[in-house]
Amino acid sequence: MNYWPLLGIAVVIIGFVLRFNAVLVVICAGIVTGLCAWMPPLQLLSALGESFLKTRTLPVILLLPLAIIGLLERHGLKQQAQRFIAGVKGATVGRLLSIYLLAREGSAALGLTSLGGHPQMVRPLVAPMAEALAERQHPGLSQTLRDKVKAMAAATDNIGLFFGEDVFVAFGAIVLMHTFLRESGIETDPMHIALWGIPTAIAAFLIHAVRLHRLDHVLAAEQARLSQSVQRNPEPPAC
Amino acid sequence: MLTLTHLYWLVGAIMTLVAVLTLLDQAHPRRFRSGLFWLCYATIFIVGDWLPTAVVGALVIGMALLAGLGGLAAGPYQPLSEAQQQHSLQRLGKKLFIPALAIPGFTLVLVLMMGQMPGLHWFDPKNLTLLSLGVACILAFAIACYLTRESPRQGGLEAKRLLEAIGWAFLLPHLLATLGLLFNQAGVGQIIATLSNDYLQLDSRLAAVAAYALAMAGFTVIMGNAFAAFPVITAGLGIPLLIMQHNANPAVMAAIGMFCGYCGTLLTPMAANFNIVPVALLGLKDQHAVIKAQAPTALLLLLVNIVLLDQLAF
Repeated sequence: MNYWPLLGIAVVIIGFVLRFNAVLVVICAGIVTGLCAWMPPLQLLSALGESFLKTRTLPVILLLPLAIIGLLERHGLKQQAQRFIAGVKGATVGRLLSIYLLAREGSAALGLTSLGGHPQMVRPLVAPMAEALAERQHPGLSQTLRDKVKAMAAATDNIGLFFGEDVFVAFGAIVLMHTFLRESGIETDPMHIALWGIPTAIAAFLIHAVRLHRLDHVLAAEQARLSQSVQRNPEPPAC
Repeated sequence: MLTLTHLYWLVGAIMTLVAVLTLLDQAHPRRFRSGLFWLCYATIFIVGDWLPTAVVGALVIGMALLAGLGGLAAGPYQPLSEAQQQHSLQRLGKKLFIPALAIPGFTLVLVLMMGQMPGLHWFDPKNLTLLSLGVACILAFAIACYLTRESPRQGGLEAKRLLEAIGWAFLLPHLLATLGLLFNQAGVGQIIATLSNDYLQLDSRLAAVAAYALAMAGFTVIMGNAFAAFPVITAGLGIPLLIMQHNANPAVMAAIGMFCGYCGTLLTPMAANFNIVPVALLGLKDQHAVIKAQAPTALLLLLVNIVLLDQLAF
């Protein structure tokens, strides 16, 4: 057996560890993998092109909402989202993101995976709202903590999507598992695969909701620590 | 009937518009390289199916070089003045949410409507959700233009601004998916399965369960995609060890095993569309900020999955 194609994986790992530009790393890994599998250059180009054509749906989802979101941002969508959430009494970062997690995971479990997403929901609505609430809870929040809140908004979208969609019986992953097991001579009921996903889906919600609840306390603690260290080491007066 | 090809044409048209706007922008710092990048991408979307695949492959390498060597940069952008934006906010208020919510709203309505009336044959049923998203975006765009009193050209400028903010990260998910298919063709999966069959001898049930769960997560970290890891690891470890040797319930093993893979997805820069693109979209300083935010949830959940698999599958 020819073990050389594993070099492609090595290229990926080394490239990411050394923090080279990811696009260059991936294209190099592809070329190395193909050459190590003894593909002639022309066949390698063909394989690359064919695979690229087959996976064209990926950028579609990312690209289509951009023009709409951009127009709305130009006219103050972020400010409007922040103004809206500021009017909700008792809202905190943790509570807002927990509700979003529940909505995202619940709708994905019903097969409605396109109701959220980073370009259309997180960037224009969820992240600005979370940031505004963090600012209200802790005025003068540092940039590091702001970034932490925004990253958590993106993380919440991912976690809700991943652990919700697999509970939906018509989702691609269930079909893939069912077909693969059948080809291996093992019969399963797709419904059972979906149902046995429920315990993990619940665990995912609980774990992440607890972390979101703690986020409010973490923000308060870190903000207190930061302002203390600023008091202890006051900035030198400007000359 | 609407099919994926029509959706690809729409995307290609938007990319062509972005390319033309970039090439016309004399103050753009990477005018020709950025413009060329979007023209190549548009070509692949519009006529890709009729080009020789080797030509597409060459275009892909060219695009990767353009994007990877800093050919994509942000051009100048003229935002609304503070006063104009305030005026707009006053006038529109909460109505600004309508087009944003119309994207998921129309998608949902179309999916349900077309699912209920398969006799209409308007949408290709295999790609119902994607096509619904496409039509929903066209409708939402019309509403957005009407409400903000902007031209479609300004919409193109906005798409260009956001694409420039995302930069090379826009190409990455697509390229990684391509790499996954190349790995398959080169037989990387079989090699891993053979290696694990030859060198892993696990007799205790818990060790076998843990090995399967960790291998699913680990191989997903490498491939960036749990779908790519599932056939390899299940053929290599799941079926021989868990099902044959320890009589695991295949449905439970598959369901929880796939979730172990998803824990890996949360941890890897290879899953660029989930972990790297949002970093660019939100303008975060740390390239791995989203992965760091996800890591505690992912690791705890992986542990829970091992326990669940051990308790439920036997």
